[in-house]
Amino acid sequence: MDKPINNAAWFLILPAFAIVLFNAVIPMMTVVNYSVQDSFGNNQFFWNGLGWFQELLDPSSELGGRFFASLGRSALFSAIVLAVQVPLGIAVALSMPRSGIALALCLVFIAMPLLIPWNVVGTMWQLYSRSDIGLLGWTVNAIGIPFNYTNSVLAAWTVLVLMDTWHWTGLIALLCYAGLKSIPDAYYQAARIDGASRWAVFTRIELPKLRSVLLIGVLLRFMDSFMIYTEPFVVTGGGPGSVTTFLSIDLVKIALGQFDLGKAGAMSIVYTLIILAVCWVFYTVMVTPENKGARE
Amino acid sequence: MSLHLERISLTVGGSHHIDDVSLTLERGTINVLLGPTLAGKTSLMRLMAGLDRPTSGRVLADGVDVTGCKVEARNVAMVYQQFINYPTLSVYENIASPLRVQRRPKDEIDRKVRAAAALLRLESHLDRTPLQLSGGQQQRCAIARAVAKEADLVLLDEPLANLDYKLREELREELPRIFAATGAIFVYATTEPTEALLLGGSTATLSEGRLVQFGPTAEVYHRPRSLRAAATFSDPPLNVATIEKRGEAIHLPDGTRAPSSGLLADLADGRYRIGVRAHDLLLARPNEGAIEIRGSVDVTEMTGSESFVHVHTGAHAGDLRWVALTPGVHEVVPGASIGIFVDPKRLFVFAEDGQLAAGPVDTGY
Amino acid sequence: MARIDLVDLAHAYRPNPTTDADYALRPMNTSWRQGGAYALLGPSGCGKTTLLNIISGLVVPSRGHVLFDGVDVTRLATEKRNIAQVFQFPVIYDTMTVRENLAFPLRNRGMPAAAVAARVGEIAELLDLNVDLDRRARALTPDAKQKISLGRGLVRSDVAAILFDEPLTVIDPALKWELRSKLKALHRALDLTMIYVTHDQTEALTFADTVVVMHDGAIVQMGRPNELFERPEHTFVGHFIGSPGMNVLPAKVEGRTADVGGVPIALGRSYSAIPPGRKIEIGIRPEYVRLSSGEGVPVRVERIDDLGRIRFAKVRLGDARLSVVAPPGVRLEDDRSRVSFDPAQIHVYADSRRIEGDA
Repeated sequence: MDKPINNAAWFLILPAFAIVLFNAVIPMMTVVNYSVQDSFGNNQFFWNGLGWFQELLDPSSELGGRFFASLGRSALFSAIVLAVQVPLGIAVALSMPRSGIALALCLVFIAMPLLIPWNVVGTMWQLYSRSDIGLLGWTVNAIGIPFNYTNSVLAAWTVLVLMDTWHWTGLIALLCYAGLKSIPDAYYQAARIDGASRWAVFTRIELPKLRSVLLIGVLLRFMDSFMIYTEPFVVTGGGPGSVTTFLSIDLVKIALGQFDLGKAGAMSIVYTLIILAVCWVFYTVMVTPENKGARE
Repeated sequence: MSLHLERISLTVGGSHHIDDVSLTLERGTINVLLGPTLAGKTSLMRLMAGLDRPTSGRVLADGVDVTGCKVEARNVAMVYQQFINYPTLSVYENIASPLRVQRRPKDEIDRKVRAAAALLRLESHLDRTPLQLSGGQQQRCAIARAVAKEADLVLLDEPLANLDYKLREELREELPRIFAATGAIFVYATTEPTEALLLGGSTATLSEGRLVQFGPTAEVYHRPRSLRAAATFSDPPLNVATIEKRGEAIHLPDGTRAPSSGLLADLADGRYRIGVRAHDLLLARPNEGAIEIRGSVDVTEMTGSESFVHVHTGAHAGDLRWVALTPGVHEVVPGASIGIFVDPKRLFVFAEDGQLAAGPVDTGY
Repeated sequence: MARIDLVDLAHAYRPNPTTDADYALRPMNTSWRQGGAYALLGPSGCGKTTLLNIISGLVVPSRGHVLFDGVDVTRLATEKRNIAQVFQFPVIYDTMTVRENLAFPLRNRGMPAAAVAARVGEIAELLDLNVDLDRRARALTPDAKQKISLGRGLVRSDVAAILFDEPLTVIDPALKWELRSKLKALHRALDLTMIYVTHDQTEALTFADTVVVMHDGAIVQMGRPNELFERPEHTFVGHFIGSPGMNVLPAKVEGRTADVGGVPIALGRSYSAIPPGRKIEIGIRPEYVRLSSGEGVPVRVERIDDLGRIRFAKVRLGDARLSVVAPPGVRLEDDRSRVSFDPAQIHVYADSRRIEGDA
């Protein structure tokens, strides 16, 4: 009964395959290739098997210690960024005007930082936070709080978190705003009639309806912040010391600074796998409960 | 064109959306798909259009297998429950859009757009945009686009569901005329039995993904072949009761006992299910042989010209609920004791497997 | 429990209304008794939803007052009015179970847990929701969800009125019957004022004991279902109620005779003093016109609609088209068709308003 599947269709996706092959698979394979070899310069490579991976995942080794330290910093940065930006983004979305010129202006202002390139944002904040000529750094120092991100751990982290928040909270706010717009008026009216408090309206109506957009927002923000490179590189260069050396910065240091391509290759692969794993978890959470009960 | 569905099934994630449906639709006919929500109406339409591919079975157009054919390759038009038009284009451009895609000559497009607009009484609105129109006009615009396309197959998925009652009445009356003028196969999905009756043509009753009965609308209504067919095609819902025939008498679970006359006379002893349409349940004895069922009134609803009397009979265990529709105003006090009557020649008798065992001979259609 | 009075009420969405067309709701005075079942019936844009929102407090009228039991609530917020509302699409709290949904309004008002549980049980029983109490509300069918919406209104014992905004829109026809009679039974059991907005005449007429027909922002007639059917005060009511609606034919009326395009039709009453210059029409319901091959005025039958239990024929009388009941046996081919009118059921309208004749 079944018709044979039309095999000609496969040819149509060949170009797509070719593109994926060239810009994803082949570079990836190069990295895999490096990760199992050791190089001593002069383009001389020696087989090292899973050696780099064993060292990398062993916290007591030098490479492993360094890896877990920068992984920890990256994870902490992502955690702080999410903890600040998600509630802030929701709050901004909730307090946005509902219509008119005020709304248009608001949307423009919120979207503006999103359009600025990473390195420009980095330069802006680097200057802005400097304790000698930066408006922010100078002001904080002027009111008596010592603030110098080139030598204070707290100051360096504060600048980076502030910068990322300034840059990206708008994304969460816009996503949430779109989500809030799609809630029918009847829900708010019903809640008023039911005597629900503002808090109950938020937790019982708005938050559940925002669930899917928030998941997307959190996922995007996680990936972005976990892979952040340009901005901290411009602002702190990973310092003071290595307190803001995130995984991506460390990776570049190893690969291009020390030219340890084997170590860097192994690190890249583990890095990628971590991000893939987190994305997969998000995807599963996002998809499953939506399907449940959809067709009953 | 004739469209033939050959033992079509569609299974999605283990659940049968469409279960072994065979159906032949001829050129120039109106075909109503009637059934409740999730009966498979939309799924079946999507299969006809080629938007989905059946899990098994074949779709034949004029005898040619088009099962795997994409919707773009087939000449199909669809109208949905939501009023779907291009919001920025004028009504004229909306109607012209499928013809522009086909790169027809300008004068041909103009001719066809004006003809379709005339058919749907949109001539004076051609320069407006859809959002400047009323809901009824927006849906007319969507239908006009389907008509202008001169598709072989026009699928309408509950097109009137979002319209006001009176607008619905008006368009319902016009649709058969519009359809007749084009000669395509029209397939019209609805949940409302009255709509099917007003559209005429043929009706396929659907239930849980299965085709229950297909034939000329009046025939499907007046001569259902099974309990399911009768129940799907009844508004108000069919009154159903289990009866037991023992010799010369029938017994209802509520304790009613009546001589087995009329259609019941020739049945073998055993258990049956009877179905009585609301308008065949009478408040006054129509003739000597009528079965009388005594019960008490739950609610009466009046529409001005007619009254719906909801009655329940029996104490508790064999509790039965009935709805009688009678002309005129009958305000019966809730709780009042009342006799309702069934003419034993005007009911449907179904065997225990749900198949029709006996039905009215003279149905008056 | 409340009587609702609308005093000199009007509403315009734009400031400074001048003409009738500027008003979404034209000035009106009306009073609705406690415990009544009212339906606001009219086409889209007739102002029925605006009126409902004014009663529920979601819209503050630009003019006039709303009184609940004589107390002015015009500017009182929705949550302070003790009303409940069921919307077109079921509104349920997705993350809660059915039980939590029903308990929500009570908890918000700080009712003790034991009392909440008892009351929720009671209402669930009434609505046949007890088996689903611990299920997620999201997973239920539309009709069950709509029952939950209704239940959240009913649980509150202080509710003065329940407002329904086209609540059966998303419900299948067969289930509509069930929910409708459920509503009717609840109304009887609970002695609550219920106001039901719809464009569907069947829903309005079967639900309400008083139907308020609205057209262009004004109430055109308020009455019992059979009054609206038998004595429409306005041609719009005649057209809007009944399916098919009343036949309205332009006519010249003199004494006991109406002249419709040269055909004389006998009237049940005498109309002597009709002021000149007004548009005169007669109206008669299809149900009161008999189609036969025997007596009456010759007509041409254009089509016959079989509704299963009844058949309506579309006939042409001169230039006018009429809907009439086609008795069993009448066929489209009969070209000797005639119609006869029941004189007592013919109404005369001047400028669309019914005028009373003399006996």
